[in-house]
Amino acid sequence: MSVLKFASTDQPGRNGLLALVKAKTGQDVLACYQCGKCSAGCPLSSAMDLAPHQVLRAVQLGQRDLVFQSSAIWLCVTCQTCYTRCPQEVDLPKVMDALRSQAIQEKIRPAERTVKVFHDVFLGLVERFGRLYEVGLIGGYNLLARQPLASADLGLPMLTRGKLELIPRRVKDREQIRAIFKRAAELELEEITGQSVAAAPPASVPS
Amino acid sequence: MPRIGVFVCHCGSNIAATVDCAGVAEATRGFPGVVHAADFKYLCAETGQNLIRDAIAEHRLNRVVVASCSPRMHEPTFRKAVAQAGLNPYLMEMANIREHCSWVHADRQVATAKATEIIRMVVAKVARNEPLTAKQVGLTKRLLVIGGGIAGIQAALDVANAGYQVTLVERTPTIGGKMAMLDKTFPTLDCSACILTPRMVELSQHPNIELRTYAEVLSVKGFVGNFEVEILQKARKVNHLTCTGCGTCWQKCPEKNVPSEFDVGMGRRTASYIPFPQAVPNKPVSDTANCRSVRHLAAKERGEKLMECRVCEKLCPTKSIDWEQKDEIIVDRFGAIIVANGYDTFDHSVYGEYGYGKYPDVITGLQLERLMNASGPTKGEVVRPSDGKHPHSVVFLACVGSRDDKVGRPYCSKICCMYTAKHALMLKEHDPNIQTYVFYLDIRAAGRGYEEFVRRVQEEYGSTYIRGRVSWIYPQDGKLIIKGEDTLLGRPVEVEADLVVLATGITAASGAVDLMQTIGISYDTYGFINEMHPKLRPVETNTDGVYLAGCASGPKDIPDSVSQASAAAVKVCGLFSQDYLTTDPMTSVVDQMKCVGCFLCEEVCPFRAVERETLRGGKVVARINESVCKGCGLCVAACRGEALNLKGFTDQQLLAQVTALLRA
Ligand SMILES: Cc1cc2nc3c(=O)[nH]c(=O)nc-3n(C[C@H](O)[C@H](O)[C@H](O)COP(=O)(O)OP(=O)(O)OC[C@H]3O[C@@H](n4cnc5c(N)ncnc54)[C@H](O)[C@@H]3O)c2cc1C
Ligand code: SF4
Ligand code: SF4
Ligand code: SF4
Ligand code: SF4
Repeated sequence: MSVLKFASTDQPGRNGLLALVKAKTGQDVLACYQCGKCSAGCPLSSAMDLAPHQVLRAVQLGQRDLVFQSSAIWLCVTCQTCYTRCPQEVDLPKVMDALRSQAIQEKIRPAERTVKVFHDVFLGLVERFGRLYEVGLIGGYNLLARQPLASADLGLPMLTRGKLELIPRRVKDREQIRAIFKRAAELELEEITGQSVAAAPPASVPS
Repeated sequence: MPRIGVFVCHCGSNIAATVDCAGVAEATRGFPGVVHAADFKYLCAETGQNLIRDAIAEHRLNRVVVASCSPRMHEPTFRKAVAQAGLNPYLMEMANIREHCSWVHADRQVATAKATEIIRMVVAKVARNEPLTAKQVGLTKRLLVIGGGIAGIQAALDVANAGYQVTLVERTPTIGGKMAMLDKTFPTLDCSACILTPRMVELSQHPNIELRTYAEVLSVKGFVGNFEVEILQKARKVNHLTCTGCGTCWQKCPEKNVPSEFDVGMGRRTASYIPFPQAVPNKPVSDTANCRSVRHLAAKERGEKLMECRVCEKLCPTKSIDWEQKDEIIVDRFGAIIVANGYDTFDHSVYGEYGYGKYPDVITGLQLERLMNASGPTKGEVVRPSDGKHPHSVVFLACVGSRDDKVGRPYCSKICCMYTAKHALMLKEHDPNIQTYVFYLDIRAAGRGYEEFVRRVQEEYGSTYIRGRVSWIYPQDGKLIIKGEDTLLGRPVEVEADLVVLATGITAASGAVDLMQTIGISYDTYGFINEMHPKLRPVETNTDGVYLAGCASGPKDIPDSVSQASAAAVKVCGLFSQDYLTTDPMTSVVDQMKCVGCFLCEEVCPFRAVERETLRGGKVVARINESVCKGCGLCVAACRGEALNLKGFTDQQLLAQVTALLRA
């Protein structure tokens, strides 16, 4: 296991990762006192390499590699269970989101590569159809993860029982969905460049 | 002729459910001497007591047996009840048919029979009871406080303010204890000296307080209300009656290299010294081990040669230096004693993995207090002892010498979590560029505002807390490498530090066990005083008239120490509000005709109640000091010549009980 090293000039109590999360989310990660309640309730934590509270711990100690290479930040489904229950009111999903977006910006891929692949395919489909297209997700994921036949034994019975539809369904107003994605991309750009990208959001889309 | 009345209590259903009380009462009517028997639902109730009082008058009873609960519960109640009816209270005996019978049996018939037998025995005993009278002894309304830390100071002030005379004995040259050494105090961060020194001054000027610093208690004899104490006043070599505390001697003393106890070795002092500027009394002592003149005198006696100094003697404007001054023993009388001898911090040199106490830049929390203090050896600048440089990275280790069975300290020292958090905060205030790390096991911050304080240190002051014990510290390139584990992340941690501060735990004060033995109070394996009862009598010791306060009974912070001191003071005031003390008459007595003077009794008596008396023929026999005797009976059992007997439990009474049972 890699040793966490601190030189005498280091300032983990004021580390850059803490500042970054603070700037992106307004969250003070030092408020987390590591009770583990978030991880205990997280539906995904058993699949994560770092439990949610450990992601925060790594942020507290300024451990960039540990954080950005973790699968945990990609596995989080933003279900909000942790945030609802956290005694210190740390908005963990928001922090996870910020860490993901930072990883994308810095083009850092998680050690467990396929985790990010899933994320990308999933969001790509939502952007196109406005909702999830399961068959597309399985196909796209398997292709990109270079494991074309993985879980095929599950796919067939699901098809025959009508659990999977071959033709994708679409939401009615795909314009709105596109607008959301566009605005999200703009916001991301704004964050990177520090300049506001003038685009009047469609009336019904939250800015 | 004994005229005995037997009263059987139902105790609601506690007894009546398993014992046929009316049947028992009926059965006892035939016992020798019984002239009246009755049963009642609650004898301890006012109506029950009236029943007994009325029966005493009506049947001219001269002995009473109450068959009910344990005498631990209601003996005083029923003694008082019979006394109100004009009977000597010691002519009442209780037969325990609840704890000893109804509560431990299910079979009604058997339980009823057993209750009857228990009463039969007590009836046989009470027939032989003699009237006893409680004695009254006077008391000396003067308090002795041992230890002049904040606990001792508070207790002395409280009792003195209530109008009683107090003598405070402190073994170092000044009062103040550890609190005087602290810089700021958690969680409010008030300056320790600012809140302590006014109390020290108040104490020194109090008309009711006699202050004896540089003194120790040599022996304690006697008992509550009447202790006789020998106090050793160590020679100061300075006449404090004439000394004005001008400071000439300690400014001019050429012996300047004595490690200062007050600065915990972080600074130096002279041989003639006051420990710190606000010391009380503000007059010097000459430390004989280091004073050049004293050493010269000693060398001369041994026939050796050593340079004479006498600088202070020559320069003292009031001629107060007195080389002839000798240790002095003072004998005084006190009615009560408060033990407030405080604590010491754990000696971390047992930890090889932390450098055996040899790395100069590994210091203790108390040493850091001195470094941070504006009147400390560095004038408040926090620097590394090795090279005087300012540290950037400071690592704290909690629980050093606490919660560690291997060094014989399984207990938590309670205050180190808090003082470490305080240190981490204050270092950041001293220098915002300092990064602090705290290796801890758990954070124990129970107290008003304490948890919030520790959170603030982490969230606002950015102190990096790492959960795990440090396994190793070693020097490397002028720095210290600290190896530990972040157990939250499950990863090893390595910190490069400029300074390491050990939160050494609380241990009993040096010499504590000797002191407890001198006074005759009980203490635990660690040398902390045992309370009479850990919950309900927390400031009393197991010896009447001796009380405790502060860290003498285990780790405490200042608020807890002060609360205990005031609590102990109230106990003393309660004692002193009486003009005489009533002693229990159930003590042992010596039949001096039978005593052969072997003094086995003296050996076994845990309360030192056995005294020696020389009879007219020159024979030396034992005599029991009834004010001290607790009636435990050890001496009676030890005495080979049957010279001892315990009043209220004489051999004759006990034998009658047993015989009654066997003959039945
Ligand atoms: C590093 C450190 C920081 C701390 N910071 C804080 C803080 O911020 N806030 C807080 O609330 N608490 C703090 N504490 C705890 C605080 O020091 C104690 O609670 C307090 O000093 C206890 O007072 P005391 O009178 O019981 O003991 P002491 O202060 O130890 O006083 C005992 C006195 O008795 C004397 N004595 C000992 N034996 C004898 C004898 N045989 N005969 C005569 N005299 C004797 C000693 O010389 C001493 O003067 C800290 C402790 C440490 C170690
Ligand atoms: S529940 Fe909140 S405080 Fe507890 S570990 Fe999770 S984020 Fe930290
Ligand atoms: S929001 Fe993310 S981290 Fe929190 S419980 Fe849900 S999946 Fe787990
Ligand atoms: S108070 Fe804290 S540092 Fe001190 S022994 Fe207890 S847990 Fe350890
Ligand atoms: S009865 Fe106990 S306390 Fe009394 S003199 Fe004998 S041994 Fe001492």
